Amino acid sequence: MSVGLLVGFCVLLPVLGAVLVLVLRNYPNAREAATLLVGAATFYHVLGLLHYIREGARPRLDLLEVVPGVQLAFEVEPLGLVFALVASFLWPVTTLYSIGYMRGHHEENQTRFFFFFAIAIAGALGVAFSANLFTLFAFYEFLTFCTFPLVTHHQTEEAKKAGRIYLGILLSTSVGFQLIAIIWTWQLAGTVEFTEGGILAGTASAGVLGAILILFVFGVGKAAVMPFHRWLPAAMVAPTPVSALLHAVAVVKAGVFTVLKVSLYVFGIDLLATLAATDWLAWAAGATIILGSLVAFKQDNLKARLAYSTISQLSYIVLGALLANEWGIIGGGMHIAMHAFGKITLFFAAGAIMVAAHEKKISRMHGLGRTMPITFAAFFVGSLSIIGLPPAGGSWSKWFLGMGTLEAGQYGLLVVLMLSSLLGLYYLLEVPVKAFFFAPPDDAHHGPGIKEAPLPSLIAIVITASATVAFFFWPDLWHELMTLAVSGGAS
Amino acid sequence: MSQHLPVLLVAVPLFLAPVAALVGRWKLAWAVAAAGCWWAFAASIMLLRRVMDEGTIHYAMGGWEAPYGIEYRIDLVSAFVALIVAAIGAVVIPYARTSIAKEVSEDRGALFYSAFLLCLSGLLGISVTGDVFNVFVFLEVSSLSAYAMIALGQDRRALTAAFQYLIMGSTGATFIVIGIGLLYVMTGTLNMADLAERLPAVSDNRTIPVAFTFLTVGITLKLALFPLHLWLPNAYTYAPSAVTAFIASTATKVAVYLLLRFFFTVFGAAFAFEQMQLDMVLMPLALVAILGMSLVAIYQENVKRLLAFSSVAQIGYMVLGISFGSVLGVTSGILHLFNHALMKGALFMAMGCVMYSVGSVRIEKMAGLGKVMPWTMAAFVGGGLSLIGVPFTVGFVSKWYLVQAALEQGMWPVAAVVMVGSLMALVYIWKVVEVAYFQAADPDHQIREAPLSMLVPTWVLVLASFYFGIDASTTASIATRAAETLLGVGL
Repeated sequence: MSVGLLVGFCVLLPVLGAVLVLVLRNYPNAREAATLLVGAATFYHVLGLLHYIREGARPRLDLLEVVPGVQLAFEVEPLGLVFALVASFLWPVTTLYSIGYMRGHHEENQTRFFFFFAIAIAGALGVAFSANLFTLFAFYEFLTFCTFPLVTHHQTEEAKKAGRIYLGILLSTSVGFQLIAIIWTWQLAGTVEFTEGGILAGTASAGVLGAILILFVFGVGKAAVMPFHRWLPAAMVAPTPVSALLHAVAVVKAGVFTVLKVSLYVFGIDLLATLAATDWLAWAAGATIILGSLVAFKQDNLKARLAYSTISQLSYIVLGALLANEWGIIGGGMHIAMHAFGKITLFFAAGAIMVAAHEKKISRMHGLGRTMPITFAAFFVGSLSIIGLPPAGGSWSKWFLGMGTLEAGQYGLLVVLMLSSLLGLYYLLEVPVKAFFFAPPDDAHHGPGIKEAPLPSLIAIVITASATVAFFFWPDLWHELMTLAVSGGAS
Repeated sequence: MSQHLPVLLVAVPLFLAPVAALVGRWKLAWAVAAAGCWWAFAASIMLLRRVMDEGTIHYAMGGWEAPYGIEYRIDLVSAFVALIVAAIGAVVIPYARTSIAKEVSEDRGALFYSAFLLCLSGLLGISVTGDVFNVFVFLEVSSLSAYAMIALGQDRRALTAAFQYLIMGSTGATFIVIGIGLLYVMTGTLNMADLAERLPAVSDNRTIPVAFTFLTVGITLKLALFPLHLWLPNAYTYAPSAVTAFIASTATKVAVYLLLRFFFTVFGAAFAFEQMQLDMVLMPLALVAILGMSLVAIYQENVKRLLAFSSVAQIGYMVLGISFGSVLGVTSGILHLFNHALMKGALFMAMGCVMYSVGSVRIEKMAGLGKVMPWTMAAFVGGGLSLIGVPFTVGFVSKWYLVQAALEQGMWPVAAVVMVGSLMALVYIWKVVEVAYFQAADPDHQIREAPLSMLVPTWVLVLASFYFGIDASTTASIATRAAETLLGVGL
C-alpha cells in the first residue's frame, strides 16, 4: 500500500469499525470485540506513519478538488501525528473502558453509542491529517455533528438543553468566525494549504492579519477560550466514556490542535510574533487559565470540576501557540498528549466511581479510597500530570511552556501558569486525599457492597495512569515530533 | 433529430400534456407524464453537453430566422437552468405517483398530470427561449398550471392560497408584459440579442428605465423577493406535497434566471448596475429577506410553512449574490440556484413522506418520528444540514462562494449576515430535529415509514446534495463559466 493510501486508510478504518458495529448490533460481545480490534488496527497503522515522518517525508493523499483550487486532501506532519497517535491509542482503551461502564451502568442504545464513537474518531483523524484549512474545517464540523448524538445520548430534557448549548456555541463560533477567517485567508493568500512558515506573511496589514488571528482563535470554539467555553461543562451530561474520550481528547484537542496548526502553518511563528493581537490573545488565554481553575475550585460535582479544569488546561496549549516561539509550540504540542492521558485517567476514575459507588459529588467521596484504592491511586497520578508534578508526564509540557513565557519575556504569564498549577494542586488532589484519609459521611453506604469498577474499566484506568508515569521517564516521542514540527522537516 | 433538440425539449412535454388529460385514467396519465419528464431530463443533459462543447446553440423556430421568427438561444446559463428544472421533474414524478394518489382525488389525477407537464414545459421554455415575448407566454403557461396544481391541495385553504398566488402572479406577469411592451416600442424587436444591441442607443430615453423598473418589479414578484413574497408561504404550505417539492425547486429558480437574463443579457450589467444602481435596491432587500424571513421561519409551527419562509430567505442569498454584480457574486447566485433546488426539494419531499404517513406536517405531530420513520427523518436532517451549510453539503459550497464575493468587495458585514442566516437555519431545522428525536412517539397512533417509491426519490436528492457538496468542481466551473458568459468577461 502506498503511503498516501495508508493515510486515507487510517481515517477510513474507524468508519469501517462503525459499519461493523451496525452489522453486529445484535451480538454485543462481537460488536465490542470488533470495535476493539479496529481500534487497535487504527493505532497500528497510525504508528506506521511515524517512520515516514522521522525520515522527513510528508505522506499526502489528494482525494478530490471540491471547488476549483480547494482540495480535499490529507497530509501528515509531526504535529498532526501527535494528535492522531493520542486519539487512535486512546480510542481502543476507551472502548475497553466503555464495555465495563456501559454495561455496568445499564445504558441504552449501546449500538448507536459505539457507532457514533467510531465515526467521531474518523472525524478526529481527519482533522489531524488535514492538508489545508478547508479539509480541517470540514472534519471539524463533521466532528461537531457526529458527537451530538453522543452528548445527548440519554435523550432527556437535560440532554436536549445541553445539546443546544453544545451545537449552538460550537457552530456559531465556527461558522461565524472561523469560516470567515478561512475564506478571508483564501482571498488574501490565494491558497489554504498548510505550508511551513505560513501563508499569510506580507499579504495584508498587521491590523487585518490580527483580526484574522482573533477570528481564528475565538472561531475555534472547541479550544474553549473564554467566553466561548460554556459548551464544555454542558456536554458533561454525556455518558462518562464520551466525556473521557471526546472532551478530554478528541473534540477539545481538535480545537487546540487547530489553533497550533494555524499558528504554525497559516501564520508562521515569525509573523505571529510581530502581531499585537497575539499578545492580547495570549492574555485572553491566560485569563481563561486562571478563571477556569477558579471555577473548577468551586465545583462539587466531580465531572463539572474536571470540565472546568479542562477549560483551563486547554488554554495552556492555546497560550503555547500564542507565545510565538519554539518553546511554546513544543510545550503546547506535548501538552496535547500529556493532558490527554492525564485527563482521560481522571474521567475514567470519575466514571468508575459513578458505576461502582453511584457517587457524583466530591463531598460524598470521602473514605471511598479504601474501597476503591486502584481508582483513586490512578486519580492521584492523573492529577499530578495535570498539575505538572513529577513523576508524571505533565511536568515536561509545563516546563516547556514555562520556558516559552520566559523566552517571550512574558513574566506575567509565567505567574499565571504557576498560580493555576497551585490552584490545581488543591482542586484536583483534594479528591484522592479526602478519599483516602477522611472518614466517610454518616449517611453514605460505602459498605462491603462496593468494590472497584468492572474489570475492563479497571484495566483501562491502569493503562492510562501507567502511561502518564511512563511519559515522565520517556517523553522522547512527543518531544521529538514537536521538535520536528517547529524545525520543519529533518531532525 | 439532435438538431431539433432545443425545441423538442419543450415541445414533447407540451404535447404530452393534452394526451395525459385525454387518457383519463390516472395511472396511464402518470405514465405519460413520467415519459415527458424523463425525456426532458435526457434532452437537457444532451443540450448541456452540447453547449459545453460547442458553445451557444441558436435554433430558429420553424426555420424563420431571428429578427422575424422566434429564436431559441441556449447558452450555458439556459442549459444549466433547464437541466435543474428537468432533473427535479424527473425525480419528483415517481414520487408524485404515490404521494398524489393519496392527496388528490382519483378523478382529478389525469388533469393533475396534464397540469404538471404544462408547468414543466413552461419552465423549460422560459429557460431556453431567446425571445422576450415568448418568455411571457411560457411564464403564463407555467404559472396558470401551477395555480391549478396548488388548488388541488387537500386543505380547503389551498383554494385561497392558489387564488392569492393567481392575483399576485398575474400582477407580476402584467408588469412584465408592460415592460416588454415598452422595450418593443423603443426598439422594435423582441429578440434578446437584438434588444441588447439596440438598447444602448436609446437608453437615455426615460422609457427604458421605466421598462426596466416594470420588469424588475414583475420578476422579483415571481421570484418572491422580500417584500413581494406574500403569495409564496401559503402556496407552498397548502399545495399537494409533490407540487410543493417541484415548484419550490424550479419555479422561483427560473424566475431568478429571468432576472439574470434581463439584467445582464438584455440590459447589460453596465446599465443595470451603474445607471440604474440596481445593487442599491436588491442588496438591502436580500439582506432583509435573509434575516427577517429566517426569523419568521423560526416561529412557524407547520414545517412546510417553515420551509417556505426559509425559501424566501434562501432566495435572498441568490439575489444577494447577483446584487454584487461581480463574476464571483453571480457565480454564487447561479450555484445556489442549483444547490438550493436540491436541498429544498429533498426537504419538501421528506415532509411529503411525513404528510403521507402522519397526515399532518405540524411540528407537534412529529414527536418520535426519528424512531418510527428513520429514513424520512434522516433525509430531513441531511437536507437540513445542507440548508445550514455544513461542509460536505451543497449549502457549504454556496456559502463559500457567497462569502468570498462579499469579502472581495470588502463588505464583511454582508458576509456576517450570511453567516447569521445560516445559524438561524440551524435553529429552525433543529427545532424539528429535537421534536422528532427527543420526544417519545404517541404509542396509540400507529405510524409507519413512507413507501419506498417516495423514499427513493427523496434520497436521490439528499445524496445529490451531499455529492455536489463534496465534488463541487463540476457545478462550480459551470456556474463560473455561466457567470462569465452573462457578464461578458473571460471569453
